[in-house]
Amino acid sequence: MLRFLQDSPHALELFYAGTGKALQPFRRMLKPGGRMERLFVRFERWTKGGMFDCRMCGQCVLHSTGMTCPMTCPKELRNGPCGGVRANGYCEVLPDKPCVWTEAWGRSRQMPLYGQEILHLLAPVNRRLKDSSAWINHLHPETLHPPAGWQP
Amino acid sequence: MRSGSRLEQVLRAGRFAVTAELNPPDSADAEAVYERAREIAPVCDALNATDASGAHVHMSSVGVCALLTRAGYDPVMQVSCRDRNRIAIQGDLLGAAAMGVKNVLCLTGDGVQAGDQPEAKPVFDLDSMTLLRTTCILRDKGMFLSGRKLDSAPRLFLGAAENPFAPPYDFRPYRLAKKVEAGADFIQTQYCYDVPRLREFMAKVCELGVHEKVFILVGVGPLRSAKSAEWMRANVPGVWIPDPIIDRLKRGGKGEGKRLCVDIIREVREIKGVAGVHIMAYKQEELVPEIVEEAGLLVRDQIYAPK
Repeated sequence: MLRFLQDSPHALELFYAGTGKALQPFRRMLKPGGRMERLFVRFERWTKGGMFDCRMCGQCVLHSTGMTCPMTCPKELRNGPCGGVRANGYCEVLPDKPCVWTEAWGRSRQMPLYGQEILHLLAPVNRRLKDSSAWINHLHPETLHPPAGWQP
Repeated sequence: MRSGSRLEQVLRAGRFAVTAELNPPDSADAEAVYERAREIAPVCDALNATDASGAHVHMSSVGVCALLTRAGYDPVMQVSCRDRNRIAIQGDLLGAAAMGVKNVLCLTGDGVQAGDQPEAKPVFDLDSMTLLRTTCILRDKGMFLSGRKLDSAPRLFLGAAENPFAPPYDFRPYRLAKKVEAGADFIQTQYCYDVPRLREFMAKVCELGVHEKVFILVGVGPLRSAKSAEWMRANVPGVWIPDPIIDRLKRGGKGEGKRLCVDIIREVREIKGVAGVHIMAYKQEELVPEIVEEAGLLVRDQIYAPK
Protein backbone atom coordinates (compact mmCIF):
# COMPACT_ATOMS: atom_id res chain seq x y z
CA MET A 1 0.00 0.00 0.00
CA LEU A 2 2.74 2.42 1.02
CA ARG A 3 4.80 1.51 -2.02
CA PHE A 4 1.78 2.07 -4.24
CA LEU A 5 1.34 5.58 -2.83
CA GLN A 6 5.05 6.35 -3.13
CA ASP A 7 4.87 5.34 -6.77
CA SER A 8 1.91 7.61 -7.45
CA PRO A 9 3.79 10.90 -7.53
CA HIS A 10 1.04 12.75 -9.31
CA ALA A 11 -1.48 12.02 -6.56
CA LEU A 12 1.10 13.04 -3.98
CA GLU A 13 1.91 16.33 -5.69
CA LEU A 14 -1.79 17.17 -5.83
CA PHE A 15 -2.07 16.41 -2.12
CA TYR A 16 1.06 18.47 -1.47
CA ALA A 17 -0.33 21.49 -3.34
CA GLY A 18 -3.67 21.00 -1.59
CA THR A 19 -2.18 20.93 1.93
CA GLY A 20 -0.34 24.17 1.25
CA LYS A 21 -3.53 25.89 0.13
CA ALA A 22 -5.65 24.43 2.94
CA LEU A 23 -3.28 25.69 5.65
CA GLN A 24 -2.91 29.17 4.18
CA PRO A 25 -5.98 30.70 6.00
CA PHE A 26 -4.52 29.61 9.38
CA ARG A 27 -1.27 31.41 8.72
CA ARG A 28 -1.68 33.73 11.70
CA MET A 29 -2.32 30.95 14.18
CA LEU A 30 0.54 28.81 13.01
CA LYS A 31 3.86 30.44 13.80
CA PRO A 32 7.36 28.98 13.93
CA GLY A 33 8.14 28.38 17.59
CA GLY A 34 4.46 28.86 18.45
CA ARG A 35 2.21 26.63 20.54
CA MET A 36 0.85 24.69 17.57
CA GLU A 37 4.29 23.80 16.28
CA ARG A 38 4.88 20.89 18.66
CA LEU A 39 1.64 19.34 17.56
CA PHE A 40 2.52 19.79 13.91
CA VAL A 41 5.99 18.35 14.41
CA ARG A 42 4.47 15.25 15.95
CA PHE A 43 1.92 14.93 13.17
CA GLU A 44 4.48 15.46 10.41
CA ARG A 45 6.85 12.97 11.97
CA TRP A 46 4.04 10.43 11.95
CA THR A 47 2.68 11.05 8.45
CA LYS A 48 5.75 12.06 6.44
CA GLY A 49 7.92 9.71 8.47
CA GLY A 50 5.79 6.75 7.46
CA MET A 51 5.31 7.92 3.92
CA PHE A 52 8.73 9.29 2.90
CA ASP A 53 11.02 8.19 5.74
CA CYS A 54 11.13 11.95 6.50
CA ARG A 55 14.18 13.21 8.44
CA MET A 56 12.47 16.41 9.68
CA CYS A 57 14.85 18.86 8.04
CA GLY A 58 12.08 21.46 8.43
CA GLN A 59 12.40 22.68 4.83
CA CYS A 60 10.47 20.27 2.68
CA VAL A 61 11.38 20.19 -1.02
CA LEU A 62 9.53 17.02 -2.00
CA HIS A 63 7.96 18.72 -5.02
CA SER A 64 11.48 19.51 -6.35
CA THR A 65 12.71 15.98 -5.87
CA GLY A 66 10.08 13.74 -7.42
CA MET A 67 8.14 13.40 -4.12
CA THR A 68 11.10 11.39 -2.79
CA CYS A 69 12.82 12.65 0.37
CA PRO A 70 16.38 13.68 -0.56
CA MET A 71 17.45 13.76 3.10
CA THR A 72 17.31 9.95 3.13
CA CYS A 73 20.28 10.01 0.74
CA PRO A 74 23.33 9.19 2.92
CA LYS A 75 25.00 12.33 1.54
CA GLU A 76 21.79 14.37 1.96
CA LEU A 77 22.04 15.52 -1.65
CA ARG A 78 19.23 17.85 -2.66
CA ASN A 79 20.50 18.80 -6.10
CA GLY A 80 20.81 15.49 -7.92
CA PRO A 81 22.51 12.11 -7.60
CA CYS A 82 26.20 11.71 -6.82
CA GLY A 83 28.55 10.01 -9.27
CA GLY A 84 28.66 6.82 -7.26
CA VAL A 85 25.29 5.31 -8.17
CA ARG A 86 25.74 1.60 -8.94
CA ALA A 87 25.03 0.21 -12.41
CA ASN A 88 21.86 -1.42 -11.05
CA GLY A 89 20.62 1.96 -9.77
CA TYR A 90 21.42 1.22 -6.13
CA CYS A 91 23.18 3.40 -3.56
CA GLU A 92 26.95 3.58 -3.30
CA VAL A 93 26.86 3.82 0.50
CA LEU A 94 23.95 1.45 1.22
CA PRO A 95 24.29 -1.28 -1.43
CA ASP A 96 20.90 -2.83 -0.73
CA LYS A 97 18.91 0.40 -1.03
CA PRO A 98 17.86 1.88 -4.37
CA CYS A 99 19.42 5.31 -4.97
CA VAL A 100 17.03 8.02 -3.82
CA TRP A 101 17.77 9.96 -6.97
CA THR A 102 17.11 7.21 -9.50
CA GLU A 103 13.66 6.95 -7.91
CA ALA A 104 13.26 10.72 -7.69
CA TRP A 105 14.09 11.22 -11.35
CA GLY A 106 11.72 8.48 -12.52
CA ARG A 107 8.87 9.82 -10.41
CA SER A 108 9.46 13.44 -11.40
CA ARG A 109 8.79 12.42 -15.01
CA GLN A 110 5.25 11.52 -13.97
CA MET A 111 4.54 14.85 -12.26
CA PRO A 112 2.85 17.36 -14.56
CA LEU A 113 2.58 19.97 -11.80
CA TYR A 114 6.06 20.20 -10.32
CA GLY A 115 8.07 17.77 -12.48
CA GLN A 116 10.38 20.43 -13.93
CA GLU A 117 11.38 21.71 -10.49
CA ILE A 118 13.99 18.96 -10.28
CA LEU A 119 16.07 20.89 -12.83
CA HIS A 120 16.45 23.95 -10.60
CA LEU A 121 19.23 24.62 -8.16
CA LEU A 122 18.32 24.49 -4.45
CA ALA A 123 20.04 26.52 -1.74
CA PRO A 124 22.14 24.86 0.99
CA VAL A 125 20.18 23.29 3.83
CA ASN A 126 19.48 25.55 6.79
CA ARG A 127 20.60 23.26 9.62
CA ARG A 128 18.83 25.34 12.26
CA LEU A 129 15.43 24.28 10.98
CA LYS A 130 16.00 20.62 11.84
CA ASP A 131 13.10 19.14 13.83
CA SER A 132 10.84 22.11 13.20
CA SER A 133 7.58 21.94 11.27
CA ALA A 134 8.09 22.27 7.52
CA TRP A 135 4.41 23.04 6.98
CA ILE A 136 4.43 25.96 9.40
CA ASN A 137 7.74 27.19 7.98
CA HIS A 138 6.19 27.17 4.53
CA LEU A 139 3.46 29.52 5.69
CA HIS A 140 6.18 31.97 6.69
CA PRO A 141 8.52 32.15 3.69
CA GLU A 142 10.95 34.43 5.51
CA THR A 143 12.09 31.47 7.66
CA LEU A 144 13.08 29.65 4.47
CA HIS A 145 15.11 32.43 2.86
CA PRO A 146 18.58 31.31 1.79
CA PRO A 147 21.62 33.16 3.24
CA ALA A 148 22.14 36.72 2.03
CA GLY A 149 25.03 35.87 -0.29
CA TRP A 150 22.94 33.28 -2.10
CA GLN A 151 20.14 35.65 -3.07
CA PRO A 152 20.35 37.05 -6.61
CA MET B 1 39.24 35.24 -18.09
CA ARG B 2 38.14 33.91 -14.72
CA SER B 3 41.58 33.37 -13.26
CA GLY B 4 44.01 33.28 -16.18
CA SER B 5 45.32 29.87 -15.15
CA ARG B 6 47.24 27.89 -17.72
CA LEU B 7 44.36 25.44 -18.02
CA GLU B 8 41.91 28.25 -18.70
CA GLN B 9 44.19 29.83 -21.30
CA VAL B 10 44.62 26.53 -23.14
CA LEU B 11 40.88 25.84 -23.14
CA ARG B 12 39.88 29.34 -24.19
CA ALA B 13 42.44 29.21 -27.00
CA GLY B 14 40.54 26.20 -28.30
CA ARG B 15 43.37 23.72 -27.79
CA PHE B 16 42.76 20.17 -26.58
CA ALA B 17 43.63 20.24 -22.88
CA VAL B 18 45.33 17.51 -20.87
CA THR B 19 45.08 17.35 -17.10
CA ALA B 20 46.29 14.56 -14.85
CA GLU B 21 45.66 13.43 -11.34
CA LEU B 22 48.51 13.73 -8.87
CA ASN B 23 47.98 11.26 -6.10
CA PRO B 24 49.02 12.83 -2.82
CA PRO B 25 51.55 10.81 -0.85
CA ASP B 26 51.06 9.20 2.54
CA SER B 27 54.01 11.14 3.75
CA ALA B 28 55.02 14.38 5.40
CA ASP B 29 57.84 14.85 2.92
CA ALA B 30 57.46 17.59 0.32
CA GLU B 31 59.86 15.80 -2.00
CA ALA B 32 57.31 12.98 -2.43
CA VAL B 33 54.93 15.50 -4.01
CA TYR B 34 57.58 17.06 -6.23
CA GLU B 35 58.78 13.67 -7.43
CA ARG B 36 55.32 12.85 -8.76
CA ALA B 37 54.77 16.33 -10.14
CA ARG B 38 58.05 16.21 -12.08
CA GLU B 39 56.94 12.98 -13.69
CA ILE B 40 53.59 14.16 -15.06
CA ALA B 41 53.65 17.98 -15.16
CA PRO B 42 55.71 18.35 -18.38
CA VAL B 43 52.94 16.75 -20.45
CA CYS B 44 49.91 18.36 -18.75
CA ASP B 45 48.19 21.71 -18.55
CA ALA B 46 47.19 21.22 -14.92
CA LEU B 47 47.64 18.75 -12.09
CA ASN B 48 44.69 17.72 -9.96
CA ALA B 49 45.46 17.49 -6.25
CA THR B 50 42.90 15.06 -4.88
CA ASP B 51 41.11 15.62 -1.58
CA ALA B 52 41.15 12.32 0.33
CA SER B 53 39.78 10.45 -2.67
CA GLY B 54 37.97 7.22 -1.92
CA ALA B 55 37.71 8.51 1.66
CA HIS B 56 41.31 7.47 2.33
CA VAL B 57 43.48 10.00 4.15
CA HIS B 58 46.49 11.30 2.24
CA MET B 59 48.32 14.62 2.31
CA SER B 60 45.58 17.30 2.08
CA SER B 61 44.83 18.98 -1.23
CA VAL B 62 45.49 22.39 0.32
CA GLY B 63 48.91 21.17 1.44
CA VAL B 64 49.78 19.64 -1.91
CA CYS B 65 48.62 22.79 -3.71
CA ALA B 66 50.71 24.99 -1.42
CA LEU B 67 53.79 22.95 -2.36
CA LEU B 68 52.91 22.91 -6.07
CA THR B 69 52.23 26.63 -6.40
CA ARG B 70 55.44 27.35 -4.49
CA ALA B 71 57.34 25.48 -7.20
CA GLY B 72 55.48 27.20 -10.04
CA TYR B 73 53.04 24.45 -11.00
CA ASP B 74 49.41 25.20 -11.81
CA PRO B 75 47.28 22.78 -9.78
CA VAL B 76 43.55 22.10 -9.73
CA MET B 77 42.60 21.95 -6.08
CA GLN B 78 39.90 19.36 -5.45
CA VAL B 79 37.50 20.24 -2.66
CA SER B 80 35.08 17.66 -1.34
CA CYS B 81 32.11 18.22 0.95
CA ARG B 82 32.57 15.03 2.93
CA ASP B 83 35.02 16.29 5.54
CA ARG B 84 34.39 19.99 6.07
CA ASN B 85 31.43 22.31 6.56
CA ARG B 86 30.77 25.57 4.75
CA ILE B 87 32.79 27.62 7.23
CA ALA B 88 35.96 25.56 6.78
CA ILE B 89 35.59 25.30 3.00
CA GLN B 90 35.17 29.02 2.37
CA GLY B 91 38.24 29.73 4.49
CA ASP B 92 40.26 27.13 2.61
CA LEU B 93 39.22 28.59 -0.74
CA LEU B 94 40.48 32.02 0.27
CA GLY B 95 43.70 30.56 1.62
CA ALA B 96 44.25 28.53 -1.53
CA ALA B 97 43.66 31.52 -3.80
CA ALA B 98 46.12 33.53 -1.70
CA MET B 99 48.74 30.82 -2.24
CA GLY B 100 48.29 31.04 -6.00
CA VAL B 101 45.75 28.30 -6.68
CA LYS B 102 43.76 29.30 -9.76
CA ASN B 103 41.63 26.22 -10.46
CA VAL B 104 39.23 24.52 -8.08
CA LEU B 105 37.25 21.34 -8.65
CA CYS B 106 34.10 21.15 -6.51
CA LEU B 107 33.06 17.63 -5.52
CA THR B 108 30.57 15.99 -3.22
CA GLY B 109 33.06 13.26 -2.33
CA ASP B 110 32.80 9.52 -1.78
CA GLY B 111 30.98 8.33 1.31
CA VAL B 112 33.13 7.57 4.36
CA GLN B 113 32.30 3.87 4.06
CA ALA B 114 34.48 3.69 0.93
CA GLY B 115 37.62 4.35 2.97
CA ASP B 116 39.60 2.69 5.71
CA GLN B 117 38.00 4.77 8.48
CA PRO B 118 34.30 4.13 7.94
CA GLU B 119 33.56 5.05 11.55
CA ALA B 120 34.23 8.73 10.78
CA LYS B 121 31.45 11.32 10.76
CA PRO B 122 30.35 12.25 7.22
CA VAL B 123 29.79 16.02 7.01
CA PHE B 124 28.11 16.79 3.64
CA ASP B 125 27.01 20.22 4.87
CA LEU B 126 27.08 21.49 1.28
CA ASP B 127 26.83 19.37 -1.86
CA SER B 128 28.82 19.77 -5.07
CA MET B 129 26.22 22.14 -6.54
CA THR B 130 25.90 24.44 -3.55
CA LEU B 131 29.68 24.37 -3.14
CA LEU B 132 30.05 25.51 -6.76
CA ARG B 133 27.61 28.34 -6.24
CA THR B 134 29.25 29.30 -2.94
CA THR B 135 32.64 29.55 -4.66
CA CYS B 136 31.00 31.55 -7.41
CA ILE B 137 29.61 33.96 -4.82
CA LEU B 138 33.08 34.39 -3.31
CA ARG B 139 34.54 35.11 -6.74
CA ASP B 140 31.85 37.11 -8.52
CA LYS B 141 30.07 38.94 -5.72
CA GLY B 142 33.11 39.19 -3.47
CA MET B 143 31.22 38.01 -0.42
CA PHE B 144 30.82 35.00 1.83
CA LEU B 145 27.66 32.92 1.71
CA SER B 146 26.42 34.97 4.67
CA GLY B 147 26.64 38.16 2.63
CA ARG B 148 29.68 39.52 4.52
CA LYS B 149 31.97 41.37 2.10
CA LEU B 150 35.50 40.29 1.20
CA ASP B 151 38.30 42.85 0.92
CA SER B 152 39.59 41.08 -2.14
CA ALA B 153 37.80 38.33 -4.05
CA PRO B 154 39.59 35.14 -5.15
CA ARG B 155 40.07 34.62 -8.89
CA LEU B 156 39.27 31.02 -9.61
CA PHE B 157 38.50 28.84 -12.64
CA LEU B 158 35.72 26.60 -11.37
CA GLY B 159 35.41 22.94 -12.14
CA ALA B 160 32.87 20.25 -11.37
CA ALA B 161 32.64 16.53 -11.93
CA GLU B 162 30.11 14.50 -13.86
CA ASN B 163 29.63 10.78 -14.30
CA PRO B 164 27.83 9.97 -17.55
CA PHE B 165 28.29 6.26 -16.79
CA ALA B 166 26.09 6.02 -13.69
CA PRO B 167 22.28 5.90 -13.56
CA PRO B 168 19.90 7.69 -13.94
CA TYR B 169 21.47 8.09 -17.39
CA ASP B 170 18.87 10.41 -18.88
CA PHE B 171 19.14 12.79 -15.90
CA ARG B 172 22.92 13.18 -16.25
CA PRO B 173 22.94 15.77 -19.07
CA TYR B 174 20.44 17.87 -17.11
CA ARG B 175 22.53 17.55 -14.00
CA LEU B 176 25.50 18.83 -16.00
CA ALA B 177 23.38 21.78 -17.12
CA LYS B 178 22.52 22.38 -13.47
CA LYS B 179 26.21 22.46 -12.56
CA VAL B 180 26.83 25.00 -15.30
CA GLU B 181 23.97 27.07 -13.92
CA ALA B 182 25.59 26.81 -10.49
CA GLY B 183 28.80 28.25 -11.93
CA ALA B 184 31.00 25.51 -13.44
CA ASP B 185 33.53 26.69 -16.03
CA PHE B 186 34.94 23.24 -16.75
CA ILE B 187 33.95 19.63 -16.15
CA GLN B 188 36.12 16.60 -15.50
CA THR B 189 34.26 13.32 -15.89
CA GLN B 190 34.64 9.98 -14.20
CA TYR B 191 36.73 7.28 -15.99
CA CYS B 192 35.38 6.62 -19.48
CA TYR B 193 35.57 3.01 -20.63
CA ASP B 194 32.22 3.02 -22.42
CA VAL B 195 32.62 5.33 -25.42
CA PRO B 196 29.15 4.66 -26.94
CA ARG B 197 27.55 5.75 -23.65
CA LEU B 198 29.69 8.91 -23.67
CA ARG B 199 28.62 9.64 -27.27
CA GLU B 200 24.97 9.38 -26.26
CA PHE B 201 25.58 11.65 -23.28
CA MET B 202 27.49 14.24 -25.31
CA ALA B 203 24.83 14.25 -28.03
CA LYS B 204 22.24 15.23 -25.44
CA VAL B 205 24.60 17.79 -23.87
CA CYS B 206 25.12 19.38 -27.30
CA GLU B 207 21.39 19.30 -27.95
CA LEU B 208 20.86 21.28 -24.74
CA GLY B 209 23.58 23.70 -25.88
CA VAL B 210 25.53 23.19 -22.65
CA HIS B 211 28.81 22.36 -24.44
CA GLU B 212 29.07 26.00 -25.49
CA LYS B 213 29.03 27.23 -21.91
CA VAL B 214 31.47 24.80 -20.33
CA PHE B 215 34.67 22.94 -21.22
CA ILE B 216 34.27 19.19 -20.88
CA LEU B 217 37.33 17.07 -20.10
CA VAL B 218 36.74 13.34 -20.28
CA GLY B 219 38.33 11.16 -17.60
CA VAL B 220 40.54 8.33 -18.83
CA GLY B 221 43.11 6.03 -17.25
CA PRO B 222 45.18 2.92 -17.87
CA LEU B 223 43.90 -0.31 -16.31
CA ARG B 224 46.57 -2.51 -14.81
CA SER B 225 45.03 -5.86 -15.72
CA ALA B 226 41.74 -7.63 -16.30
CA LYS B 227 41.72 -8.64 -12.66
CA SER B 228 42.22 -5.13 -11.36
CA ALA B 229 39.55 -3.91 -13.79
CA GLU B 230 37.09 -6.37 -12.29
CA TRP B 231 38.08 -5.29 -8.82
CA MET B 232 37.61 -1.62 -9.69
CA ARG B 233 34.21 -2.26 -11.21
CA ALA B 234 33.08 -3.98 -8.05
CA ASN B 235 34.70 -1.77 -5.43
CA VAL B 236 35.36 1.76 -6.67
CA PRO B 237 32.19 3.88 -6.50
CA GLY B 238 31.05 5.19 -9.88
CA VAL B 239 33.46 3.28 -12.11
CA TRP B 240 31.77 1.41 -14.95
CA ILE B 241 33.82 -1.01 -17.07
CA PRO B 242 31.90 -2.98 -19.74
CA ASP B 243 32.69 -6.67 -20.32
CA PRO B 244 34.29 -6.24 -23.79
CA ILE B 245 36.94 -4.02 -22.20
CA ILE B 246 37.77 -6.70 -19.63
CA ASP B 247 37.91 -9.33 -22.40
CA ARG B 248 40.31 -7.17 -24.36
CA LEU B 249 42.57 -6.83 -21.31
CA LYS B 250 42.50 -10.59 -20.82
CA ARG B 251 43.52 -11.24 -24.42
CA GLY B 252 45.99 -8.38 -24.74
CA GLY B 253 48.41 -9.18 -21.94
CA LYS B 254 51.04 -6.74 -20.73
CA GLY B 255 50.75 -3.13 -21.83
CA GLU B 256 47.18 -3.58 -23.07
CA GLY B 257 45.82 -1.23 -20.41
CA LYS B 258 47.94 1.59 -21.74
CA ARG B 259 47.07 0.84 -25.38
CA LEU B 260 43.39 0.76 -24.47
CA CYS B 261 43.70 4.14 -22.76
CA VAL B 262 45.38 5.62 -25.85
CA ASP B 263 42.65 4.22 -28.10
CA ILE B 264 39.94 5.68 -25.90
CA ILE B 265 41.60 9.11 -25.94
CA ARG B 266 41.73 9.00 -29.75
CA GLU B 267 38.05 8.08 -29.98
CA VAL B 268 36.91 10.57 -27.37
CA ARG B 269 38.81 13.38 -29.07
CA GLU B 270 36.58 13.10 -32.12
CA ILE B 271 33.35 13.56 -30.16
CA LYS B 272 31.69 16.95 -30.50
CA GLY B 273 31.90 19.06 -27.34
CA VAL B 274 34.91 17.30 -25.80
CA ALA B 275 37.56 19.91 -24.90
CA GLY B 276 40.21 17.72 -23.36
CA VAL B 277 41.07 14.67 -21.33
CA HIS B 278 41.76 14.14 -17.65
CA ILE B 279 44.17 11.26 -17.04
CA MET B 280 43.85 9.37 -13.78
CA ALA B 281 46.66 6.84 -13.55
CA TYR B 282 46.47 5.76 -9.94
CA LYS B 283 49.89 4.44 -8.84
CA GLN B 284 50.94 4.31 -12.52
CA GLU B 285 51.96 7.95 -12.94
CA GLU B 286 55.01 6.88 -14.95
CA LEU B 287 52.65 5.89 -17.78
CA VAL B 288 51.15 9.36 -18.18
CA PRO B 289 53.87 10.83 -20.45
CA GLU B 290 53.80 7.74 -22.70
CA ILE B 291 50.00 7.88 -22.94
CA VAL B 292 50.00 11.56 -23.84
CA GLU B 293 52.71 11.04 -26.44
CA GLU B 294 51.17 7.95 -28.03
CA ALA B 295 47.76 9.59 -28.19
CA GLY B 296 49.34 12.35 -30.25
CA LEU B 297 48.70 15.07 -27.70
CA LEU B 298 52.29 16.14 -27.21
CA VAL B 299 52.26 18.83 -29.89
CA ARG B 300 52.56 21.43 -27.19
CA ASP B 301 54.34 24.62 -28.04
CA GLN B 302 56.25 24.85 -24.79
CA ILE B 303 58.10 21.66 -25.63
CA TYR B 304 58.31 21.42 -29.38
CA ALA B 305 58.34 24.99 -30.60
CA PRO B 306 61.29 26.89 -29.15
CA LYS B 307 60.50 30.16 -30.91
